[in-house]
Amino acid sequence: MRNLFSRLILLAVFSGMTFAAYAAADIEVNTPAIASLKQSMQQRHGQLAAHYGSGAVGLTRDGLIAMHDANAVPLAARQAVNSLIAAENQDRLALYREIARANGHPEWEAEIRSTFGQRWIELAQRGWPVQSAGGGWTKK
Amino acid sequence: MNHTYSRRVFHSGLLLTGVLLSACVTINIYFPAAAAEQAADKIIGEVWQLQKGEGGKDKAAPAPSTTPTQSQPQPQK
Repeated sequence: MRNLFSRLILLAVFSGMTFAAYAAADIEVNTPAIASLKQSMQQRHGQLAAHYGSGAVGLTRDGLIAMHDANAVPLAARQAVNSLIAAENQDRLALYREIARANGHPEWEAEIRSTFGQRWIELAQRGWPVQSAGGGWTKK
Repeated sequence: MNHTYSRRVFHSGLLLTGVLLSACVTINIYFPAAAAEQAADKIIGEVWQLQKGEGGKDKAAPAPSTTPTQSQPQPQK
């Protein structure tokens, strides 16, 4: 009797572990919507990279980008940079929403956004302005 | 004596199974942070065209240029 129960418990532990591993295995990111957002952001990055490098545009804590030092951009080009920032943020928000939806958990959007917020900053090149946890700007 | 013992084992076994099952459900509902981080790194790598390397420094190696062999007309004929 005792033996049977210990076996049962062992079985429960193992099946629990297997299920846990399965449940936490992956996040789906291969959907057409996500692919097209990625492509659009990749193209835009060609224009944005120089502005990160000059310190004009920085990465915010909440997974978006923002104008950090407008003086680093010539006045004539400032509007264009603002448009780039707005378009990039729109794509980023759509990306976080799409990932949450593709995984059947729209309520994960905020957590996905905050995960991305940390990772963009972590993977940013040196010299790019990034927002610190306190909200201030630093150079990576 | 033996009877009460096996009942106790039965009850604790039941309890443990219940706890484990609810733990499974909890894991399934909670946000998979590690997997999300991996997914984020993958997407960011594609958007920023980061090369997979082990260097912590900024190795801003430009895209692999094609071989500089110019297509010269071959004076073969």
